[in-house]
Amino acid sequence: MSRTYVGMPAFPRAAARAVDDAVLRANLRRATHTIRDRRAAAVAELADWAQLRTAAAAIKDRTLRHLDHYLLRLEENVTRAGGTVHWAADADEANRIVTRLVRDTGEREVVKVKSMTTQETGLNAALEEAGIRAYETDLAELVVQLGDDLPSHLLVPAIHRNRAEIRELFRDRMGAWGRPAPEGLTDRPAELAEAARLHLREKFLRAKVAVSGANFMVAETGTLVVVESEGNGRMCLTLPETLISVVGIEKTVPAWRDLEVFLQLLPRSSTAERMNPYTTMWTGTTDGDGPSAFHLVLLDNGRSDALADVTGRQTLRCIRCSACLNVCPVYERAGGHAYGSPYPGPIGAVLTPQLRGTASPLEQSLPFASSLCGACYEVCPVAIDIPEVLLHLRERVVEGGEATVRGVRTVVRPARRRALEGAAARAAGLVLDHPAALRRAQRLLYRTRGLHPRRLPGPGRAWSAARDLPPVPEESFRDWWARTRGDGAGRGGTA
Amino acid sequence: MTGRPHDPARERVLARIRRALADVPRHERPGDHPVPRAYALTHGERTAAERVALLAAHLEDYRATVHRAGAAELPELLTGLLRRRGARRVVVPAGVPPEWLAGVGAGAGVEMVPDTPGLTTGELDRVDSVVTGCALAVAETGTLVLDGGPGQGRRRITLVPDHHVCVVRVPSQVVDSVPQALGRLDPLRPLTWISGPSATSDIELDRVEGVHGPRTLEVVLLDEAAP
Repeated sequence: MSRTYVGMPAFPRAAARAVDDAVLRANLRRATHTIRDRRAAAVAELADWAQLRTAAAAIKDRTLRHLDHYLLRLEENVTRAGGTVHWAADADEANRIVTRLVRDTGEREVVKVKSMTTQETGLNAALEEAGIRAYETDLAELVVQLGDDLPSHLLVPAIHRNRAEIRELFRDRMGAWGRPAPEGLTDRPAELAEAARLHLREKFLRAKVAVSGANFMVAETGTLVVVESEGNGRMCLTLPETLISVVGIEKTVPAWRDLEVFLQLLPRSSTAERMNPYTTMWTGTTDGDGPSAFHLVLLDNGRSDALADVTGRQTLRCIRCSACLNVCPVYERAGGHAYGSPYPGPIGAVLTPQLRGTASPLEQSLPFASSLCGACYEVCPVAIDIPEVLLHLRERVVEGGEATVRGVRTVVRPARRRALEGAAARAAGLVLDHPAALRRAQRLLYRTRGLHPRRLPGPGRAWSAARDLPPVPEESFRDWWARTRGDGAGRGGTA
Repeated sequence: MTGRPHDPARERVLARIRRALADVPRHERPGDHPVPRAYALTHGERTAAERVALLAAHLEDYRATVHRAGAAELPELLTGLLRRRGARRVVVPAGVPPEWLAGVGAGAGVEMVPDTPGLTTGELDRVDSVVTGCALAVAETGTLVLDGGPGQGRRRITLVPDHHVCVVRVPSQVVDSVPQALGRLDPLRPLTWISGPSATSDIELDRVEGVHGPRTLEVVLLDEAAP
């Protein structure tokens, strides 16, 4: 079975579970703190980091403001180079296209490169229904698949598992999926990597079809770029006969030259490396080298809705580096699963409600899953002002207003009072037991007061009500709600 | 490209995007939105020797092994690297100068496997080592770029074998930076950027070398100035 995100509880309930899990918290803390310091050192090597960041944001903005133009150029150039371009308005369309393409090859299995996008569409489950087995080949995705689990981090989907847990999974589950783990496997990372190498090699060598995502698509040349570490990406992108890449429309950049900005920002932000071990760039198909058939599936699935929101649009600059997760005090305590989508952490808290709309409790609660400390904005290599978008989405949830949902301009009604109070009070309150983080949050609340939407329901007050900490001098959420909407009735909780 | 068949999904996505961009002024052309490129095209001024030294240092940082040789010493060096590895079968793409591997051959008990379309992945998996050149190398990031040109072969031959020996002509093939590298590369060729041996950060976000690609990467800096 492939697990999906359907029916995930709202953030506060899911986070409460994670906060109670001492092993999970320790795993996350160790991993995120390790990468945090190394990232800072890698960034400090480039004196022009700020200029690169400014250029990256501007390149993405240019693309987004003329996305139709660049997508058509991309389509033209991919087609000219021998690829076939497909368009999918939503997840089901994308899954149907991929399923049909795999069926047309006559194959019953595919190898996959780690792809957020196909996690988002639930592709593995759709393929499974069609009798097609999808093998994840990224080490962490393999851990997730063997454990019948869900990803909890953009870069390292199994960050919630420590080496001892990974060893157990390999020992107990690899045999059911193919070559079993070697006898006497220990939890040394090098041995675990070796076990993955042996387990997956036979699959790579016989694979006829691969499914990937992409980090960038260059409109002017039709080139796709996959940035990776292990070599599983190269295996999938070069050995099979058919390659199907499912890519969000926002991954487009206008020009070849633009890669000079992103290839400097992404590895340092993501894995704190000057450059990641492997990057593959391909343009259509090449005679005698690599797949002879290449299909590109361009996925919307809510991205055009985010595009329609002038404040939210900047979210689509995201290059999925995961730096914002690694510095986030809420993510560190709540874990990735609490965010209920393949996009966890601060970026998920702003992206998911925009891709899916804010009609249900999970999406309504996500904009409140933040202390507004601003660390995510500081580290973001494409300068997404995540606190600004969070506040904007909070306003939409609380007050309602205009939004585009599946391409249709809609008036969103304010969230139900009970659901909302639960979200605001508990999202941050449960996960923040760190006085310094709260103090930073309060300072930022103060500093950014000008950015706050009219009549923000002070979530800071809600945290201080749940914690023995200096209160933020603002009206409580409950008082505010009673005064402005006012039936004054009882205690809130998640609906 | 002419008249593509009507695709309702394509029309729907494009229509949504155009509606979403109603706030963008009609007269704004794609190039009008400014992109300030105040970033550096290289990070520091270097002599050729400094550039090569930086490349070597950065390659070693990510656990590639770096060797230096002049043209006269190269055959002996390559023979030694393959012997030390215990390589019995070595894949060699077309365009590798024959003199590079003059010391390796049937006499030394090493089988040279040409990179032909008939070479299956299974056969490639039984190859011990691969020797190639490259298109260029990037000093600031410690990166080798292969573009399928002469002496580089198909992408798979530098992927499946566990031991990759890559020869870089220095200083002519070494650039300072990523922007310089992109300016010299042809996007229509299949490109592989390699920075150290295969690695993963997937176990507790700590880098471990050696997953699916070659676990040993040896780089030979071939000094063009030396005899």
